[in-house]
Amino acid sequence: MNLKDKNALITGASRGLGRALSLELASAGARVALVARNRSELQKTEEEIRAAGGFAQALSGDVGHKGSVYPLVGQAARLLGPLDLLINNASTLGDLPLRDLVETDCEGLSRVLETNLVGPFRFIKAVVGPMWIRGQGLIVNISSDAAVEAYATWGAYGISKAGLDHMTRVFAAEFEGSGVSFLSVDPGEMDTQMHAEAVPDADRSLLIPPEEAARRLKQLIQASDSVPSGSRIVLAQWKEASHGPSSGQLAS
Amino acid sequence: MALQVASWPPDEKLTAGLIHVEKEDGRLAVKTLRDLPGLLREGDLLVLNDAATLPASLRGTTGGGDPVELRLLSEIQDGTWRAVLFGAGDWRDRTEDRGPPPRLVPGDVLRFAPSFRATVSQVSDLSVRLIEIRFSARGGELLQKIYALGRPVQYSYLRAPLPLWEIQSAFASRPWAVEMPSAGASLPLSLLKEIRRCGIRLASLTQACGLSSSGDPVLDKALPLGERYEIPEETVRLIREAREINGRVIAVGTSVMRALEGSFLHHGGFLKAGMGETEFLIGPGYSPKIVQGLLTGLHEVGESHYRLAASLLPDATLREILKIAERAGLKTHEFGDLCLIL
Repeated sequence: MNLKDKNALITGASRGLGRALSLELASAGARVALVARNRSELQKTEEEIRAAGGFAQALSGDVGHKGSVYPLVGQAARLLGPLDLLINNASTLGDLPLRDLVETDCEGLSRVLETNLVGPFRFIKAVVGPMWIRGQGLIVNISSDAAVEAYATWGAYGISKAGLDHMTRVFAAEFEGSGVSFLSVDPGEMDTQMHAEAVPDADRSLLIPPEEAARRLKQLIQASDSVPSGSRIVLAQWKEASHGPSSGQLAS
Repeated sequence: MALQVASWPPDEKLTAGLIHVEKEDGRLAVKTLRDLPGLLREGDLLVLNDAATLPASLRGTTGGGDPVELRLLSEIQDGTWRAVLFGAGDWRDRTEDRGPPPRLVPGDVLRFAPSFRATVSQVSDLSVRLIEIRFSARGGELLQKIYALGRPVQYSYLRAPLPLWEIQSAFASRPWAVEMPSAGASLPLSLLKEIRRCGIRLASLTQACGLSSSGDPVLDKALPLGERYEIPEETVRLIREAREINGRVIAVGTSVMRALEGSFLHHGGFLKAGMGETEFLIGPGYSPKIVQGLLTGLHEVGESHYRLAASLLPDATLREILKIAERAGLKTHEFGDLCLIL
């Protein structure tokens, strides 16, 4: 996808990967709607993008609430134009400190699923129709290796991300050949506030800076025409793989 | 004679009643929405209105403390809107039963929240309900406040307050409408997919549907007022192609018909891509130049939608549709049953 003048909505855009990706997409010419709960943090990102000559619009709202979805998607579409790109990035770890699944509250698991799985589901429902009519669109769901590997204490989060991966595949099957693509992306273990909350004593030198992951994710999005819809991409490995015409630009 | 009233969105859209009318011979048949793909031909083009719907009803008070309900009608420019003003009461009261609104003059202020106001800039000569206002916010800030405080515009025949979720079509994009473009909202995506698989093409435009009723007979007669639309290049191309291969251009909803025929008339006989505003009331005596077919709800005699359908069918056939619909127990209004004129 050529990002120039494309309209993108990014959830969880106030911090970490979401914030870094918003800056990357805007610098590649996309117009970005930034969604998160914390308005003041979002506005900082908005101002940074505008100061650099990009177009950004901060929209505060909770992706875990059904009632927020049409207001957020509606504001984005009215202020930017019809959406071309949706990044479902917002997610929660659930109750901290992380705990074994058997110790997780039923309500706690529900809250994690609501934000990490049902939230993206609702956003996709709200944006995929107009994308399908126009025959173009890309939906990226941010996953985790906890979706594939069973890590003790990461249960609620891992379950939600495994569900998200499968949802990506089902949507891809249902919209096959329509011009609307779905990707699930594992950005790797990043040096974010979220990671610090989950693993307070992690060796940060081993973690990927979110800016680095965002840069690679932007390249993946730019090369997404050659990535099969429904794919689950591990970002660190994708960089090394050759994806036809896109591999040249990745070498830079 | 009166149709039954649909008082809530249906759980299952595909079982909605569909009266199929052939313009050629006036033949009528009662079907269901599920039968729609079989009634269309390869090469036909369905044109959809992809406008999403704003929560366009705002509650507030006047400077004198009188309660008001403001229903947004159309945006004139950023921050300035045309609106319809009601006094006390809410959607549960029939619009025609609602008393006259408080008498306002330019300069009066309406308050919706401590930091959100509008100043009246004009009161129409046509009706004291029709006013022009300037909000205290613009752009994204105004939109955020409308979404935070506004409720969907709805009428007294509905059962309960509508969630915003219920008034969006499956392909709703930019929120330009203040009332749901209802014919399109009755179409589930799975049915549109099947329609495409049958070789029928889909195109879209965006048309800012206004209010269908104000409760003031003088103003109601003038509705719909000018409504903004945008027709994409791709849609103009698909319409041209459909005509070349003898496919029929079928408007999904009267808003689509108004936009397409409006553009044609405005440009002196050419359909052009781009923005415009509908300026013409289409009714009996007008012969549509772009649209050959129409999918629409069931409308009672005299409604503006009914008048528009009268450009495609003689009055006797329209009355016959209503008679058959009534006999079949079909329902009117935005969540009701449908009629396909081909």
